[in-house]
Formats: sequence, C-alpha cells, structure tokens
Amino acid sequence: MQYTIKNARRLDDSINDIVITDGKISEIGNSLNVGEVIDVKKNLLIPGLVDLHTHLREPGREDSETVATGSMAAAKGGFTAISAMANTFPVADTAGVVEQVFRLGQEAGFCDVFPIGAVTQGLNGQALAELGAMANSKAKVRIFSDDGKCVSDPLLMRRALEYVKTFNGIIAQHAQDPALTVGSQMNEGIVSSKLGLTGWPAVAEEAIIARDILLAEHVGSRLHICHLTTAGGVDLLRFAKSRGINVTAEVTPHHLLLTDELVENYDPVYKVNPPLRTERDVMALRAGLADGTIDIVGTDHAPHPTEDKDCEWQSAAFGMVGLETALSVVVKSMIETKLMNWSDLVDRMSIAPARIAGYSNHGGKIAVGEAANLTVIDTSANWIVDRNRLASKSRNTPFESMSLPAQVLHTFFNGKLVLKDSQIVGGGSN
Amino acid sequence: MKRHLLSINDLSQQEAIEILNTTSELSKISDGPMKKLPTLRGRTIVNLFFEDSTRTRISFESAAKRLSADVINFSAKGSSVSKGESLKDTAQTLQAMGADAVVIRHGASGAAQRLADSGWISASVINAGDGTHEHPTQALLDAYTIRSKFPQYRDDFSGLKVGIVGDILHSRVARSNVLLLTKLGAQVTLVAPPTLIPVGVSDWDADVSYDLDEVVKRVDVLMMLRVQSERMKDSFFPSEREYSRGFGLDLARLNSLQEHAIVMHPGPMNRGLEISAESADSHRSVVLAQVANGVLVRMAVLYQLLGGAPLTEGEIS
Repeated sequence: MQYTIKNARRLDDSINDIVITDGKISEIGNSLNVGEVIDVKKNLLIPGLVDLHTHLREPGREDSETVATGSMAAAKGGFTAISAMANTFPVADTAGVVEQVFRLGQEAGFCDVFPIGAVTQGLNGQALAELGAMANSKAKVRIFSDDGKCVSDPLLMRRALEYVKTFNGIIAQHAQDPALTVGSQMNEGIVSSKLGLTGWPAVAEEAIIARDILLAEHVGSRLHICHLTTAGGVDLLRFAKSRGINVTAEVTPHHLLLTDELVENYDPVYKVNPPLRTERDVMALRAGLADGTIDIVGTDHAPHPTEDKDCEWQSAAFGMVGLETALSVVVKSMIETKLMNWSDLVDRMSIAPARIAGYSNHGGKIAVGEAANLTVIDTSANWIVDRNRLASKSRNTPFESMSLPAQVLHTFFNGKLVLKDSQIVGGGSN
Repeated sequence: MKRHLLSINDLSQQEAIEILNTTSELSKISDGPMKKLPTLRGRTIVNLFFEDSTRTRISFESAAKRLSADVINFSAKGSSVSKGESLKDTAQTLQAMGADAVVIRHGASGAAQRLADSGWISASVINAGDGTHEHPTQALLDAYTIRSKFPQYRDDFSGLKVGIVGDILHSRVARSNVLLLTKLGAQVTLVAPPTLIPVGVSDWDADVSYDLDEVVKRVDVLMMLRVQSERMKDSFFPSEREYSRGFGLDLARLNSLQEHAIVMHPGPMNRGLEISAESADSHRSVVLAQVANGVLVRMAVLYQLLGGAPLTEGEIS
C-alpha cells in the first residue's frame, strides 16, 4: 500500500509531498505522485495523537462502546494510539483480558489499542493483580491503573510503585480519597452549596497526589497522575518536578474548558469524575499544561448509554465522551487563548504521551523511515458538534451544538488511510 | 409567573408577594362557610412522591381538593418505581394520563428541575422538596406565617431578623428560606456547628454564627430545623446531647428571646433534640399555624400556576 500526501504543511511551515510505503514514511520531497495521491492543500500534518486514558467498555458494556467503535472515534479525533482503561467487565486484571482487548484493537484496525492493566484484582484496592503476567503478555502492558477507583491504601500503592520497576512500568493513579468523597456528586464549593449536591472537595484529590508524589520519590518509581483537576494539584506537581521526582500528569480537554457552573441545570451530561471545577482551577490547569507542569492531555473518553444520563443527576453515570472533540477543545482552550502554539499541542497530545507510555511507533518525527502514524488537520476550520454524528456508540458529549475550531481531515494508521475527508474509510487487520 | 415552581429563584420579589397576597385572600374563604372553590374543576393534579412525606402530601392534596381539582396520589412505595422504573418513564406515564400539574417530592436534588426541563412532560411541575436542594412552598408558607404574625412587614421584611438553626448543609427548607426571606428584605443568620454549614456558604446572602445564645437575643423569628440523628453517625456532631446543648432551643434560650419573637419549625420535630417540649408547646411556637398556612399557600401556588387570573371578589364570597 502506497500513498502520497501532497502539499503537507508541517509545524515549521515547510510544504512537501510525503510518500508512505508499507506503513513507513519512505520519501519526503516535491512533485511526488506515488500510489494513492491525497492532496491535503497545505493543511497541517502532524504525528498522530496519542491518548493514555480511554474507556472502551469492551468486554462487558458493549451497549455503550466497543473496541471497534471507540477506535473509529479515535481515528475521527486524529488519534493513532489509545489506551484502554481496565474497568471493564471482567476487569482487565489478567493476561487473558488484556490480550483480548489488544487483539480486538488489532482486528478493528483504526488505531493501536494498548490495554492498561488493573493495579489490583477486580479493582478491589486490596490485592495486587498479576502485573508481571500482563506486562509479559502479547499486550505488553506498561501502564497500570485502577482508574475509576483510587488505589487508596498507601501500602498497596507503595508496593505497586515498587513492583512495576521490574519492567519499567508506570502506575497511573486516579487520585480520589474515598472517605472524603462518599456520595460525592460535584465539585464542593459555591455551586454545590446552592444546588444541594454532595461535594467532591479538591482536597480529596490533592491529598492523594501529595501522598503518591512522596511515595514515588521514596521508592524511586514512576507515577502518572490521571485527570488532574485542581489548582492545588498543579502546585503539587510543580513542587514534585522541582524536586526531580519521576511524576507525570495529564489533564482532560473538558477540565480545560468547562466549569462547575454548568451543573446548575442538573443536566447529567456535565456529571463527570473527577468533577468540573471552578474558573480558577481551569486557569491553573491551562497554565500548568502550557508551562509543562502537566505533561499531556488525556481524554478520559467515557461512553455511557442514553438511559444512564437521561435521569436525575444523582442516579446518572459519571463520564463524558471525548475522543472526537479532544483536539478542538484543546485548540480552543490553549491555542486560541495564545497559551500554547501548535508545536506545544503536538508535544502534549502526541510526543509526550507516546514517550511516557513507550509507544515507539507513535509521536515520532515526520522523517523517512518513521512509522506512518499521521494526522492532517485543517487548523482554520470551525465545526459544530452534533452528538448524533459521533462515531462513538454513545452520545454523552458536553460539547453538543458548540462551535469548535480545527477539524481533523485525514488519519493514517500504520501507513493506511483510516480517515479521509473526516470520514472513516479503512479499518480491518493489516 | 413561570410555568413551574422549582426553586425560589423562579420567583421575582413581586411574584412572591403576589402569592402571599393570594394566600391572604384564600384565608378569608377558609374562615367562611364555603371552604371549596370551583377554580380548578376538571384539572388533574398528581402528587408524585418518591419519598415518604405524609404531611406535605396531604397538605398539597387538601389544597388541590379545596380548589376542586382531581387529585391522583402516586407514591413510589409499592409502585413500579420501587421496581426500578425511571423518573422518565413515570413522567411519561403521567403525561399520557393527562396530568395538568405534578407535585414532586424526590430524594435527589434537582429531580424536579429534570422533570420540568427534559421535555418528558408538559404539565406544570411543583417542587415539593428535592433532596437537599429546595422546598419552595415551605419557604412561602413560612414567609406567610411570619407576615401574619408581624403585619408591619407585609410586603417588605426589611428590618426583620431571622435565625435559622440546625442542619443547614442538608436542609432544603433552609436553602429556600434564605432565598425567599432575603428576597423580601429580611436579615438572615444561620446557626449550626461548622460541620453542618456548607463550604460555599460565603456566597449566600446570610450571616453565619456558631453561637445560638447570642443569636436568640436579637432575632424576631427563630426557625429551628429538624436534625436527623443519623448525622451523628457520620460525625457531624459527637452526640445528641452535645448538639442539643449547643444548638437546641431549651427553656433558657426560649426565655432569652425578645418579647415579640416567634419560634418556627417545619416539622416533624425531634422533641428533646433540636427543640425542647416547653419550646415546642410555648405560646411563641407557631408550628400549627405553619401547618394550616401550608394548605393555603399551596392553594395559592396551584391557583397561580394553573388558574392564571387574579381572584375576584365574586369568587371569594
């Protein structure tokens, strides 16, 4: 399979033709016309986006998403690698389940699906899952997380951090002190007091981040903080990095744009865990992402079927879909505000996540010999989010009807065109 | 007035006063021989109660019947709701039955607003208490009761000092009362142990005190809230006795109230916890007037939401 991407603009504003042969970039030059020619008309070519935080729901909740539909949503969002969280049914806490998810991703063929393994058996927070077996499986798991739940036992967290050093693994923590968040529904503050919804205080996140930073320092291991949401958390990360502690952190697109004031109409589409915070937190998160304190953007794409959101707030599920809007929301909150440029965005959404996770075929240079995991973006386009046109199986986007900047035009996964003119075209095994 | 009454925020100051004035007019009827009005004849009002509350339900039922409406009581217990039917399906069933108004009591904050906003139903929605959010008709009946006792504050509560004491954090009565009483001009002080005060209270139009002894001396109205003893298990306070010593209305505090001050309680009372028997039964207590006024205020609300036109002298006589 050969393609020529004609008139591709790169981050340095150079415009070239790029030839892809058998999954790799084989030539970069001018006036090239090999294989299927796709004229991208000076739109921006970047390495494919990489997500370290995706809920694909398969196995177990195929009514909300499957590995295949989630992969299509990823391709539409410009992602060439995503990372399937472990909170499936059964939980991805054995080599068998992670290999199943990995294989389903390969079969779907829209992007790489790298499974994340559970830290504890059944996400029960009590006993370590067989981390080594998952690391040594065909899925080669390197990131472990009980996401959705916090590894709250400090001793177990310490052991997990130590244990994964064997295979250079990383523990991705969902920082939420369970005792401080019993029955929590939204950010604790002015809005929760008015709405009479049980609060989820910032301190419940920050206390765990502080503890885990110190644990990571003590045992000399790698810690990743999932979906950071508070200004205090950004300060803690800054402190950790100044001490040289091996910690990385992510922020979701929705926490970069939305605040808890949206909860005022009790529409559960805004119900998410960790919750939407205040304007002050949003500004701190943006500053943290811009200066590199926060390393990456992670979508926390969390599909839910309609009935789980079409109900009263308290009964509704936590979570928002995000793969297809992630790039645009980051452009809106970080580039349109002049806090970052496109090079920064490519770092936070492709290069840095691929480096953290060790996804060697992703987030690389656009150079001859590199894997052709590439995305073309119309940086000047605006589009209106229509939840009924999402490739995801679920409709729970908080950005419905919003006009967003930047549109993903084409996605190449392992040298194969999977998204053409913003439409899914490819798929299937290589 | 809007189509629904979900929160006191749905009412302008003028609309709130209109409800209170309509209540005054309706009270004249209940003092006369004919207690029933034909106003809502042929209209169907559903009492949709997901939480047990016999008091509030019979108050709404009585109000609707005095306006000649047909009343359907839909209680979650023993119905399909307890078998997992969703709020949406229940609402659509009521819609199909032709409900003109739905009075909803629900354990989840915001349930009334969800019912009104989501397009499941075209009826007017009246919030009869949603979780720990609001209970607007309770605040209206409290304001009406205050006005009855202090006629000088008829349309303007400026200068009136109200203390609200107890579990502010979990109280829908407190939220609605703070909004309504301050909208009418009163000065509200919240009194509770800090564990039972919401973190975001700084944004409320009310003062906060931890010293009930100081507050009782200067208020015109002392509103005691029910404190559930389950709160103790969650360490909001160490023991019932300690709560009672610090924040209960005992005889000594009752005696230190100003001469004209009144004591209110939304019921049901925990005698001996937040209020002593002497206080509950004293001449300052207006608890039974609150109950009686509850029916009148709910008549006024139903009347304004469903009836529309202001009462005429002819209808009243």
